[in-house]
Amino acid sequence: MNRKYLGYLFEIAWILPSVAVPIAFLVAIVITAFAVGIAVPGNVGRVDPKALNTTPPFDKPGLRELAPGRYEAVVTAQLFNFTPGELEIPAGSKVTFIVTSRDVIHGYKIENTPVNMMVIPGQISRMTTTFDTPGEYYVYCHEYCGGGHHLMVGKVIVTPAKTASANR
Amino acid sequence: MATARVSGVSIAAERAEVGVFATEYRLTGLNLLVAFIALAIGGLFGVLQALQYNGIDLYKPIAPVLRGGYYQGLALHGVLNVLVFTTFFIIGWLTFVTSRSLGIPLASRALGWTTFGVMTAGLLIAALPLLLNNATVLFTFYPPLKADPLFYIGLTLVVVGTWLLLINQVMMLRQWRAANPAARIPLPAFMAIVTMTMWVICTFGVAAEMLFLLIPWSLGLVPGTDPVLARTLFWFTGHPIVYFWLLPVYISWYNFVPQQAGGRLFSDPMARVSFILFLILSTPIGMHHQYTDPGISEIWKLVHAIFTFGVFFPSLLTFFNVVASLENGGRARGGKGWLVWVFSLPWREPSFTAQVLAMILFAFGGAGGLINASYNINLVVHNTSWVAGHFHLTVGTAVTLSFMGITYWLVPHLTGRRLWSPMMALVQAWTWFVGMGIFSHWMHMLGLLSMPRRTAIGAMREIQPEWEALLPMVAVGAIIMFVSAILYYLNMVLTITAGKRDAVPMVPFARAVSGPEDSPRVLDNFKPWLVIAFTLIVINYAPTLIRLVSEMQFIPGIRSW
Ligand code: HEM
Ligand SMILES: [Cu+2]
Ligand SMILES: [Cu+2]
Repeated sequence: MNRKYLGYLFEIAWILPSVAVPIAFLVAIVITAFAVGIAVPGNVGRVDPKALNTTPPFDKPGLRELAPGRYEAVVTAQLFNFTPGELEIPAGSKVTFIVTSRDVIHGYKIENTPVNMMVIPGQISRMTTTFDTPGEYYVYCHEYCGGGHHLMVGKVIVTPAKTASANR
Repeated sequence: MATARVSGVSIAAERAEVGVFATEYRLTGLNLLVAFIALAIGGLFGVLQALQYNGIDLYKPIAPVLRGGYYQGLALHGVLNVLVFTTFFIIGWLTFVTSRSLGIPLASRALGWTTFGVMTAGLLIAALPLLLNNATVLFTFYPPLKADPLFYIGLTLVVVGTWLLLINQVMMLRQWRAANPAARIPLPAFMAIVTMTMWVICTFGVAAEMLFLLIPWSLGLVPGTDPVLARTLFWFTGHPIVYFWLLPVYISWYNFVPQQAGGRLFSDPMARVSFILFLILSTPIGMHHQYTDPGISEIWKLVHAIFTFGVFFPSLLTFFNVVASLENGGRARGGKGWLVWVFSLPWREPSFTAQVLAMILFAFGGAGGLINASYNINLVVHNTSWVAGHFHLTVGTAVTLSFMGITYWLVPHLTGRRLWSPMMALVQAWTWFVGMGIFSHWMHMLGLLSMPRRTAIGAMREIQPEWEALLPMVAVGAIIMFVSAILYYLNMVLTITAGKRDAVPMVPFARAVSGPEDSPRVLDNFKPWLVIAFTLIVINYAPTLIRLVSEMQFIPGIRSW
C-alpha cells in the first residue's frame, strides 16, 4: 500500500510539469506570433493560375516601393524557376512577398529569414520581413515540383542602404 | 487478469496454444514478410540519396531499371518505408496481439485473409506505376502533380483493407465480453483496438481525398482538382498516421519490454488513459503540417497548434510509464541507486536492447517535434532537411528499430526456429542507433542552414560551402545504417531457413505494478471517447473544410518529372 502511494506521488510529480511545459511553450508562441509579429501565412485569397498575365498584381512581377523603406515583391513560381529570379532590395527595408504558382505546388524559403511559404496554384501566399544585413540570400523551392526541382533557386540581393538613416 | 494466464505456461501448453492460433500466426508472418521486403527495397534508396548528396550518383547505373533517377527513388523510399512497411507490419502485429491477448482466434478467418488479400492486391496495383516512373509524386502525392490512376486506386485498396481488421477486432471483443462479462479488457487488446479505431477514423481524410478528388481526376472524369483542399484532407490522415505507427510500438514498450526487462509495467491505468487521449487528440491537429500553407487562416492553425501541445501530454505519460517500468525491471534484477540500475538491465538481449535504443533516439525526436509543432518557430525548419532528420529518429528509428527488435523474438516464435545469432542482432541494434544518430544529427544541422528537403542536392547548380562541409557525415551515418540493415536481413534469412528448430515461447505479457482495477471502468467503454473525438474533429476541421469545398477550384494536373 505504501509503495503504491509512492507511485502516485511520482505520477503527480511527472504529470504537473507535463502540463506546465506545453503551456509555457504555447504562451511563448502566442506572444511571438501576435505581439512580436512573427506571423505564419494565412488565408489571403484565390487567383486563377491560367489568368496570371492579366491579373494584378501578378501581371507585373517585381519589386515595387510603396513608401520609403517599404516594398512589395510580387513573384510567380513555375517549373523550374521564379519570376523575377533575382530581387535587389536596399538594406533596412521592410518587404512583403506576394507569391503564387502557375502550375504545381512550389516552396518559397529565403535563407536566414523567417520567410517560408508553400506556393500553391490558385492561392496567394504572403509574408513580410525586414532585411537588415546586406548580402546575397538564396531563395529555395523546397517542395518537390518535378524533375528539375533542384534547379529552382532564386536570389534576394540586399544592397547597402543608400539612405539607411532616412528610413529609420 | 489475462496476463496471469499466459505467464507460466509450459512449453507443451505453449505448443498447443500455437496450434489454436495457426491461422493468425500465418497471417502475421505473411504481413511481416511483405513489410520487410518493402523496407529492404525502400531502405536501399536511402543510401543512394545520401551518396547522391555527396556527388556519388548511383542512379545512372540503375537507369535501365528505374528511369526516374533520384526522385523516383525518393518516391519508392517514402512509399515503401512509411506507407507499405509500417502498414503491413502493424496489421500483422495487431492481429497477433489482439488474438493472443484476448486468448481467442480471429472472429472471422475469412475476413482475416480478405484483409491481407485486399492490402496485397492494392500494393501490387500501386507498385506498377511506381516502378514504371508513372507515379513519381512522392509519398504525399500532392496534386496537381498527377500520377497514373492505378497508384491512387492501389493505395486506397491498401487503406480499405486495413479497415477490415477493426471489424474483426470488434467481433472478437464481443465474443470475449460475452465470455468474461465482469473482467477488464486485457491491456494489449485494449491498446490494439484503440489503435485501429483511431486509424479508421483518421483515414476518412485520405479516403475522401482519393475517392472524391484524386481518383476521378486522374481518370479524366473532372478537369482538375483543388490542391489546398487535397492537402487538408491528406494531413487529416497524415498527422494521425504517425500515431498509427507509434501506438503499436507503445504496445510493445508497455506490454513486452517491461517483461523483457525482468519487471512489471508501472501503471496500467496511466497506460489506458494515455491511449484514450491519443484516440481523442490525434486527429484534430493535422493542420500543424500546413502552418506555411496559404488558404488556411492563422486562427485555425493556432488552434491546431494548441491541440498539438495537448497530444504532447499522453506522450510524456508514456515516457514516464515506460521508464518507470524499466526501473522496476532494473531494480528487480538487483539494480541500485538513482540511475545505476540502468546497468542491471538485460543489455545482452537484442530484442530488449533494440527497443531501448529506439526509445533513446525517440526522446530526441520528441524534443525536435516540439520545435516543429511550435507554430512560427516551424518557419525556421519547415521543409528543410531538419524535418527529414527529425522523422528518421521517430519513424525511422523509434518505429523501425522497435519493429526489428520485436521480430527478434516474434519471428522465432512464429516460425519455431531460434534466432540465428543474438550477437549479430545486438551489433545490428547498436549500429542502427549510432548510424542514425550521426545521420540525423547532421541532417538537422543542414536544415538549420536552409538545405531544402526532397531535393537532389548533388545535382544543384551551386552547393553552399557550409553544406558541403557537413554532407559527408550524412553519408557516414547512412553507410553505418546500411551495414546494420545487411546484418538484420542476413540474420533473419538465416533464422527462417537455418535456425535451430525449437518451440520458442512468446514473451509473456507484462503484469502491472498498478493494475486495471485502479482505473475507472469507463475507460473500457469506447462510446463516450468516440463522441468527444468526433466532436473535436468537427470543431477543428468543419469550418475550414466547408469553406474550401465552397471555394473549390479545378486546377489541371501536370506530369513534371
Ligand atoms: C539506410 C537507412 C536510411 C537512409 C540512409 C535514409 C536516407 C534518407 C534521406 C537522405 C532522405 C532525404 C531525401 C530528400 O529529402 O531528398 C530520406 C527521406 C525519407 N526517409 Fe529515409 N533513410 C533511411 C531509412 C529510412 C527508414 C527506415 C524510414 C522509415 C521507415 C525512412 C523514411 C523516410 C521518409 C518518409 C523520407 C521522406 C521522403 C519524402 O520526402 O518524400 N527512411 N531518407
Ligand atoms: Cu521545386
Ligand atoms: Cu504531425
